[in-house]
Amino acid sequence: MSKKLTEEQYRKTFSFRFRQWLDGTKDPYLGEVEMKKQKPFVEDAQTAAHRIQDEKEVEERAYDLEHNAEVRIFNRIYRVFAVAFCIFLVTMLLIGVSDLPTFGDAHNPANNEVAERYIEKGLEETGAVNIVTGMILDYRAFDTLGESHVLFIATCTVLILLRLDRKEDREANEADDRTHEPKNDVILQTVARILFPPIIIFGIYIILAGHLGPGGGFSGGAVIGAGLILYLNAFGFAKTEKFFTAKTYKVMSFAALACYSLAKSYSFYTGANHIESVIPLGTPGAILSSGLILILNICVGVVVAGTMYTFYCMFRKGGH
Amino acid sequence: MDFVQNFPFISILLSLFSGPLTSILNGKWAKRVNTLVITVIGFLSGAVLFYVLGTGEAFVYRMGHFPAPWGNEIRVGVLEGFMALFFCAVMLLCMLGGSAEREREIEDSKQNLYYIMVNLLLCSLLALIYTNDLFTAYVFVEINTISACGLIMIKQNGRTIEAAVRYMIMSLLGSGLLLLGICFLYDLTGHLLMSNIKEAVAELAATGQYHVPLFLSLGLISVGLAIKSALYPFHAWLPDAYGYSTVSSAAILSSLVSKGYIFLLVKIFYRVIGFSVVCDSKVINVLFVFGVIGMIMGSVSAIKEGEIRRMIAFSSVAQIGYIYMGFGLGTEEGIVASVYHILSHCATKSLLFVAASGLTDASGGSRKFPDLTGAGYRNKLAGVAFTVGSLSMVGFPMFSGFISKLLFAQAAMEHDRKMMITLVALAISTVLNAIYFMKTVIRIYTPAAKGYAHPDSRRIPLGEQPDKNLALVFFILLNVMLGLNSEPIVELIRKGLGMFS
Repeated sequence: MSKKLTEEQYRKTFSFRFRQWLDGTKDPYLGEVEMKKQKPFVEDAQTAAHRIQDEKEVEERAYDLEHNAEVRIFNRIYRVFAVAFCIFLVTMLLIGVSDLPTFGDAHNPANNEVAERYIEKGLEETGAVNIVTGMILDYRAFDTLGESHVLFIATCTVLILLRLDRKEDREANEADDRTHEPKNDVILQTVARILFPPIIIFGIYIILAGHLGPGGGFSGGAVIGAGLILYLNAFGFAKTEKFFTAKTYKVMSFAALACYSLAKSYSFYTGANHIESVIPLGTPGAILSSGLILILNICVGVVVAGTMYTFYCMFRKGGH
Repeated sequence: MDFVQNFPFISILLSLFSGPLTSILNGKWAKRVNTLVITVIGFLSGAVLFYVLGTGEAFVYRMGHFPAPWGNEIRVGVLEGFMALFFCAVMLLCMLGGSAEREREIEDSKQNLYYIMVNLLLCSLLALIYTNDLFTAYVFVEINTISACGLIMIKQNGRTIEAAVRYMIMSLLGSGLLLLGICFLYDLTGHLLMSNIKEAVAELAATGQYHVPLFLSLGLISVGLAIKSALYPFHAWLPDAYGYSTVSSAAILSSLVSKGYIFLLVKIFYRVIGFSVVCDSKVINVLFVFGVIGMIMGSVSAIKEGEIRRMIAFSSVAQIGYIYMGFGLGTEEGIVASVYHILSHCATKSLLFVAASGLTDASGGSRKFPDLTGAGYRNKLAGVAFTVGSLSMVGFPMFSGFISKLLFAQAAMEHDRKMMITLVALAISTVLNAIYFMKTVIRIYTPAAKGYAHPDSRRIPLGEQPDKNLALVFFILLNVMLGLNSEPIVELIRKGLGMFS
């Protein structure tokens, strides 16, 4: 038996609100999302005059084709030369590639004792079920040590370029922030609230299982970094800074890289001086196995996650 | 195994570790750590050099528990030890000479970031010098490129940002070509370890198999590293990058970063491809031609330049041209001359940059030639140092530049076809060098007429810039030492190159 609803009751039902939303007669964000109109771009008269003057001067001096013979000649030959050069380079590379050993041939030079030992003895020597992890974090750990410092130094370079250190710059940026995005987006916040924990847990899983299956510090760190970026987008700096500030990043990346360097120094030193390493390899397949690889994966993961998050923060507003 | 054999590994790891360590320190402590690290590594490298000279043969150091083709390794001979020692010394002096400018031109909160860049740059240079593995070399080339970008743009104004963008684009192009070349080589030989590739390449060259890809990979690697070290047609990024960055960056970039890549190229010629294969290929002729053109065109651009820093920067293009011309000769003597010129240019160019900054300080910060009139009287030591550097660049006897020109000429005499071209190019380039350097020296020793000097120019007494003056004195000594005491050094280079094979 159907029940008769009063209008007031009817207005509270889901179907009514859905219909309203569908028709566009009601905005569900009203009162929920902080909306502010974008500030119009206003240029004061003096700057505008300066800019126009500058542009005119550049136009006259550099691109005055009648009097600037260099630019004229350059413009004329540049396109022809660029196309010719590209065709030349592509032809050379294609010829080179066509003469390379056939892809997948068993007798290729690349199928030699090096790959053989990685595949046949990798598990036994490194204790990692995932041979690739064993290769990059044990056989050729020096390269990976360099590679993780590449990430670190890339972050530092972005900090040099984009970090706003003066307080007034930061405040001006903060005041201008509303022009970029609406705050407290309900959809984004709801989705982030649901997705954030699984993303982080999945990232941690990838890192911790790096020596057991596909995964490792680089990919797991990227997943965690993506999760942090999602959280930051949904809730803003005020909330993320409760657990992740610039200082946290500094300390974390230092700790991770220092731990990596020290662990590898130990293994390089003992290896070169023919001293038996005391670190047990454990049972292959167990979570606590394969010697230093697990620790190194965690270090790499921390560095990668920090790098991604810091890149995002810097490109977003020059930090906070 | 002797304990000294651990020193190269310790110096690489020490500089690598000091990078992240510096990131949690403030500017003052970062500077102290940086100075300490460079000094310690200098001493360690010196010890390694004496050890290798004593034993008379290169040694291999295994990085980890697995022997070479499976794991990584580094290899140390006389030349490697000497280069590491020399680079540390020059870097220390560059940092000392530019410390006042650095504190003035870089924001306080970003001071420590500068030292991170320098520490990791040192690490990458050491790794490039010591590595025996092509892929390790590539990884550290990446670190080198990024830190060099950071060094350029940390003095933030429009010019340096633009220069850094240019540098990054060109340098990444160079890295890309290098990586392509390494991929080709790996596909042909199945190895990344230098010694193993050399064996395989020798076999391929003997049978004539895979001739085209082998030639192509040599070309890609040479061109890639030539772009990164600013050989003539690829030098467009150089003048702004050296001209507008802070002094210690300019000095480090011109004297160390580009030389690191050139040293890697020498190493690839000797240890990866094999010198005879390289000499038989046409690639060295290309390097020769561009080197010769660079020697002339670099100097011509420098003559046209209106300000002192950019003039010195363009002079680098000419000097890099000399080095590649030496490679292009395709003889042992040519390479010896080039390696000597690496040292000589390293010591002289950084001296010139630091001295020029002293002169501009005395001229109200202006770099334009008219404002520099009489600057040699206002800042006496910088004037003397600039004169010494100029004379060395021109090739005046007693200074290092003379010896390298002599070595180039001697190397050219052994070559039938390239002799005349080389000698003529050397002569022309020397005259052009003299034109722009002597012009500047005369300018700084012409007394400024009243009313014509820059309004902010002032006399700088000796005691005002103790750091810079100390660095300048050491630079002058280094130059004179290279000039007067060249015989043992040339002998050392020969011995080192002999140990390469």
